[in-house]
Formats: sequence, structure tokens, C-alpha cells
Amino acid sequence: MQNFPTYAYKSGRARVKTYMKTLLAGLAVLAPLSAPAFAETLRWAASGDVISYDPNAQVDSFTQSVQHIVFDPLVRRNKELKLEPALATSWEIIEPTRWRFKLREGVTFHEGQPFNADDVVATIERQIDPGARNRENLSAVTGVEKVDDHTVDLILRGPYPLLLNDLAAIYILSKPWMEEHDALKPGNTATGVVTYASNHANGTGAFKLKSYEPDSRSVFEVNKDWWDKPEHNLTEVEFRPIASDATRVAALLSGEVDMVVPVPLQDVDRIAATDGLKVVENPSLRTIMLALNFKKELHAAPGVANPMLDVKVRQALWHAIDLNTIQKRLMRGKSRVAAMLVAPAVTGHDEAIDVPLDYDIDKAKALLAEAGYPDGFKTGLSCSNDRYIADEQICLAISSMWAKIGVQVDLSVESKTTYFPRMDNGELDVYMLGWASLPPMDGFSVLQALLATNDGTYGGSNPNGLSDPRIDALARSAAIELDEAKRVDMLKEAFRITHDEALFIPLHQQPVAWAMSDKVDIPQFPDEYVRPWFAQVKK
Amino acid sequence: MLRLLSVRLFQAILVMVAVTAIAFVMFRFVGDPVAAMVREGATQAEKEALRMALGLDKPILTQFVDFVGQVLTGDLGTSFRYQQPVVSLLMSRLPATLELVIVATVLALAVGIPLGVLCALKPNSVFSRLTQATTLVGISMPTFVTGLLLILVFAVNLRWLPSSGRGDLVDLGFWQTGFLSLSGLKSLILPSITLALFQLTLIMRLVRSEMIDVLSSDYIRFAFARGLPRAHIYGRLALRNALMPVVTVTGLQIGQLIAFAIVTETVFQWPGMGLLFTNAVGYPDVPVLAAYLLFVGFLFVMINMAVDILYTFIDPRLRTR
Repeated sequence: MQNFPTYAYKSGRARVKTYMKTLLAGLAVLAPLSAPAFAETLRWAASGDVISYDPNAQVDSFTQSVQHIVFDPLVRRNKELKLEPALATSWEIIEPTRWRFKLREGVTFHEGQPFNADDVVATIERQIDPGARNRENLSAVTGVEKVDDHTVDLILRGPYPLLLNDLAAIYILSKPWMEEHDALKPGNTATGVVTYASNHANGTGAFKLKSYEPDSRSVFEVNKDWWDKPEHNLTEVEFRPIASDATRVAALLSGEVDMVVPVPLQDVDRIAATDGLKVVENPSLRTIMLALNFKKELHAAPGVANPMLDVKVRQALWHAIDLNTIQKRLMRGKSRVAAMLVAPAVTGHDEAIDVPLDYDIDKAKALLAEAGYPDGFKTGLSCSNDRYIADEQICLAISSMWAKIGVQVDLSVESKTTYFPRMDNGELDVYMLGWASLPPMDGFSVLQALLATNDGTYGGSNPNGLSDPRIDALARSAAIELDEAKRVDMLKEAFRITHDEALFIPLHQQPVAWAMSDKVDIPQFPDEYVRPWFAQVKK
Repeated sequence: MLRLLSVRLFQAILVMVAVTAIAFVMFRFVGDPVAAMVREGATQAEKEALRMALGLDKPILTQFVDFVGQVLTGDLGTSFRYQQPVVSLLMSRLPATLELVIVATVLALAVGIPLGVLCALKPNSVFSRLTQATTLVGISMPTFVTGLLLILVFAVNLRWLPSSGRGDLVDLGFWQTGFLSLSGLKSLILPSITLALFQLTLIMRLVRSEMIDVLSSDYIRFAFARGLPRAHIYGRLALRNALMPVVTVTGLQIGQLIAFAIVTETVFQWPGMGLLFTNAVGYPDVPVLAAYLLFVGFLFVMINMAVDILYTFIDPRLRTR
């Protein structure tokens, strides 16, 4: 890679001279037409770019995953996605609303500032600032106090069991650096605040941000002074956003990048068959499900009582979906058939509950007849066509499966930009929804957002009148239960009720597919994060 | 003259007002940005707070008046996605688009004019017929197909050229250029060919028909009769007259290229204004969409006005109207 010096604006002849010099310098170091891959550089491409390098300026999970290359949180996810100490070495609950964190000593930021309690205090205050776009990611915390140079206390609104899960997504910034660049307040779209931190980054992470060109690339170089023992052999990481699927695959095939994330499904077989390339596919955390309408009437059949209020009807709809065929045909065998709203890696998952109702058309018909709908009924079914893998095809398949038990489907498929607002407004009957439980990776997020009755604080993504007092009670007690075993039991109990009452129809965990050169060895995680600090690249 | 100018200006302002209104109304239908901006599991209260902060809770008319007020002061708001002022965001992407457009235009002229001349001089030769047929394919193929084909051949199979991006850039302080590095120049080749293809065909056909017209006119016949050298007749006497309409069309086409490089930029991940626009559609980043539409509207209004005024200088008959 050639590095050109940055020129200040010069005028007249001097500027022309500078151009000529640069041109000559460029010609003098002519690289061969297709530069060979640098050993120990990982070059990867994804479909989108980071929105900002400011951790507090967005809520985009892809952006957070890239920021993690530069920044460390107090606690982080290890190779098994379990929480482990990072910038905090230990912690204790002094009282239910006060957690004390011991900080790691001898850590320095990329620009040389030593890491201490002041940085944590400044970061947390920036995080809970009313102007921070992602302040709700740490909504339980109301304040932070420095105890000594390497000890801080977090003050909580009330007892809260998921503090560590939340902290795993809070990246620590340097206070002197923020002061120097006038970035102590977070950047914010709504108020139009842009800070130096939006396109510069100074963390403690495994790699330093060397350069950032929006929509072109970000280059990271290894942080030789990283506090942790590196498990990678990289000297540089280059990330390139390439929006067009075909171009992204072309970049891999032509050897311009070593890895593409995600790879379009239609190209998987072709890439897997290409010498020197491989495709790695595993089920992700994202559970795809059908949500139902629990209001008095269906939008598709106004004036008639809503049949879905009867549990037998809901079970009939579930029995009528051939999940295995969807898994084999539409997902090419790469998804994981699900019967719970959370994936196995998420706290609260239980194999005993995660058993789908079997595909049985006769049973479905019998259940409909028992419920008083021997000839079926009419309902809407809505899907996005650009958000989940094969979302449109899955909906088409389900509508024809339901037709077999006499359920008339009024199918609507549209772009995510109009689909999700309609969903939020409760304008849909049966609709497809994906839920990854990120960033906390805990079943509580499902209880709080999807299952609990919508009352302004709970049930934020429950627009269609689902309400079960048992689940509401469980959600509220799980929210403050600090005994982990008891709390997990509460989550499981809520998921058992959800399953027994068929409040949702889970379909599967959709796969995440990465394609890469044979030379690259990098673990794939169900949360879809690319973690280059676990990557090995062969020469 | 002054009267004509003021009439033109008035018309331009009307057009801009219409564009502003359309830009605003259109974005009521591209979707709700709040849904894209909140985190998974956001509460109703969170969504409402964001809606208020963005001013989306106000009555539509108030929003429109605010929008027009902003436009008049030159402040087009802040991008929802990048949270930077939209104007500076567009300006930071302008060099990429302009460099691509300039190279594409030069390419189209440098190849289109000689080809057109050759086709006019020997209209029935194999070469002319072949050129005509090939360019017909070029003009009827959608840009993204051309782009992907070029990528397949030159990036994937031959591995001569990069498939995407701008390569290494040299920062001149006010302008990031790809002209001064080898990888930057190499990166320019495929996208500029893709973008130039349509214009190249257009120019070639225009030159060809103009040349054929001019060559059959009296003064050319007299020049032949006088025994002037062929090169002088074709090059100096005929081509110069044939190029008049080419200049007009090229001028108008540059506007087209700047405004509609969207597809080419998306296929080649060219970080210009077109790519910014495509990314904004999917978000939806309403301020960027609106600003881009206004920018394009403004560009065309300016180009048309300039062309109108130029015409009146060239052709005195138009001045009296």
C-alpha cells in the first residue's frame, strides 16, 4: 500500500510543482498490476459501512461490531460468547443499586493515554447523557462515582440483573482525548451534534484505527501494546463496505478481499465450488417468527370476532406449517428449526421447550373445527422482502400451507422501510418478525419488548394487543431478580407459557453465511460479529 | 436582454419551489425513519422521544414551512444516518462523482468523435456497420449489466483492474483525488467506461449524422473542386461545423451524468453522491434524499438557464422573443 503525504493547500506554481512531484513519486513506485495479498493482513468486505466511530451516536449493531475492533468494554464476550473480564478485572454488588468495578492496571489507549477511573466515569456520563442516541442501552444506570484511580461505582435505578450484559456493549473512551477534541458530549443525529469522535477513534482494543474513508474503507493496524495476549497473527485489518452483492462476491473471486460478510445465498454454492475459497455457515441468533393479532377483530375481516384469540386456532396455524420443508428447501438446510423465541446461545433457552408442534394437517383441521371454524377463516399475512433471508418466499410458502386447512390468506409483501412502521402501528394481522436479543443476549429482552403488555415502558414491540398477566408478572420480577438461577427459571416459565399458548409461531434461526479464502481461519459467531482478534491468516 | 433574464430567473425559481414541494411530499411515503433509527426492543416512549427530537410529530404543514425556511437559509439539515450537516456531506462526496464524470466525458468525446467521423466517411464499410451494431448493444444494455460484465471480465477473470472503490487517494486539502495514484487511476477505468458508454454512443451517432449532412453541403463540394487536401476538408472545414450540436449535447449530458451516476456508483462502490443517495433510500435518510433532489433540480435549472442564455448570444433571432 502506498501512503501519500497530505498536502496543505498551496497556491500557484508551488501547487503545480507539488502535483508533479506526487505524480512522479507515484510512477516511481509502480506496483505490479494485481498486488499480491499481504501476508497477515485480513481484508474483508461487508454490505454496509459503519455509521460513525462514535460509540454513543448510533444503535446499529453492525457498527457496534466494527467499533469493537478498536474499543474494549469493561466486560466482553469470549469465544463461547460468555461474559469475561476485559477492562474491568472484577466486580461486586455492594448494595443492589451500587456495583463496584476494579479496573485493569497498566492499560494504555492507542494514543498513549493511560487508562484509569476517570476514563470510565467520563465514558459512562457520556453514555447516559440525554443527547446520547444509544443511552437506553444502559438505561439502568443513573450515575457513576470514582472510588480511586482504578475503582469505580455504578449507581443503578434499582436492582438490575443484566448490568454486565449491557456493559459488554459499552466501549470505553479516553477522557483526556475527548477533552482535547471537545468530544465529551456525544454526537447526535437529532440535535445535529457532530464530534471529532465521529470519524476518529482512540480505544484500548486489539487494533488501532489507521484511516477511515466513509463508504470506501477503514484500515486498522495491530496494537502492539494491547493488554491482552493476542490470539491472532495479523498486522493489519482492512474493512471495505461494498453494497452491491454481485460486486462484493466479485471482489472475493478476484482476490481483492479475503472474506465477504454476508455472502448472498444464491452465490453460496458457486463460491463453495471455487478452488481456494470456502463458505462457513451457521445458525445465527436471529430467530424468525410469526407474530399474531390479539385485538378484537382482524384487519382482514372487520366486524367478525378474531379467531386467533382461541388457542386452538393458533395451534392449528402452527401445526399447518411444514417447518422441515422450509428448512430444507428455502433455507437450503442451513437454518435451525425453532420453537422458542430465543436461540440456544441466549440465556433463558431451554431444549425441553424448544420443540415445535409437529406438521399435521389433519390435527390442524380438527383443532379448527373444535374452535368453531371448520371451513377456516380469513387473515392477513405480511412480510418484508428485504430484511430477512428468503422472507418473501417463506411467506408465500406459508400462505399456501395454510390454504390447505382452509385459512384464506391476504398476503402483503413490502420493503422494510414501509413494513416496519406499519407493524409498529399495529396495522398487520400475522406478520414476520426477527429477533436477535442483541446486544444483551438475554431472554429478558423478549419478555420486555415482545411478550409483555404494551404500556409505554414494557411491550415496545407488542403493538397487537398480546396480554397475559402471568407473563407480565414474570417480566417484572425477572427485571429485578439478582439470583441468576431464579431469574433464568422465570424466563423459562414465561417461554413455556408462550409455547403452550402458541402466542407466537417461531420458524427458525436464520443462518449467517461468510465466504472466505482458504488461507483465512476465523471463528464465526451467532451474533454475526467479525472478531479479527481471533483470526489466523496463512501466508 | 434584461427582461429575458428576469423571466428566466422567475421560471427557475418556480421550478425550484416545485422541486422542494415534491421532495418534501415524496418523503412522506418512503417510510418512517424512526423505525430504522431505534434499537431492537425500544419502548414506545423511546420512539416518541426520537420522533419529537426529529420534529416529525409536528403537523405536516409546519414541517414543510420549517423545511422551506431551512432551504432558504442554505441549511439542509442533518443526516439521520451520518449525523453530519447534509451540505458538507454532499460536498465531501462531490470530488468522487466529478472525477468520474470528467473522465467519462473525456472518454466519450475522445472515442465518440473519431468513431463518428470514420462512420460518416465510409458509411458502408464493414467497420462502420460493426461499430454501429456494437454501439447499439451498448446503448440498449442497462448500466448495471455493463458494469457487472466489465467486472466479471477485467476484475474476476483477468484480474487486471480492481472491481470496486476508488483506490488510494491523495488529499489536496480541499479535494481528495484519485488522479495522482496508480491504484486510483486503475480504479477509474471500469466505472468511467460504464458511465461513458451511453454518452459515447450518443456522440458517435450525432457526429456521424452531422458529418454526413455537412459533407453533402455545397461549400464542401466546392472545396473538393478547388483541390484542397482531404485532411484539411474533413478535419478543418467539415468537422468544425458538425461539432456545434455536439457541444450543446455534451453540456447537457454532463448534468445528466452527475445526477444519474447513481447506478454506476452503486455497482462499483464508488463513494460519490450517487452511492450516498442509494444508501439513504434504504435507511431512509430523509434529509439526504431531499437535499440530493434539490441539488439535482438546481443543477438542471442552472444548466438550462445557461444554455438558454448562450443560445441568445449565438442566435440573435431568439432575442426578440
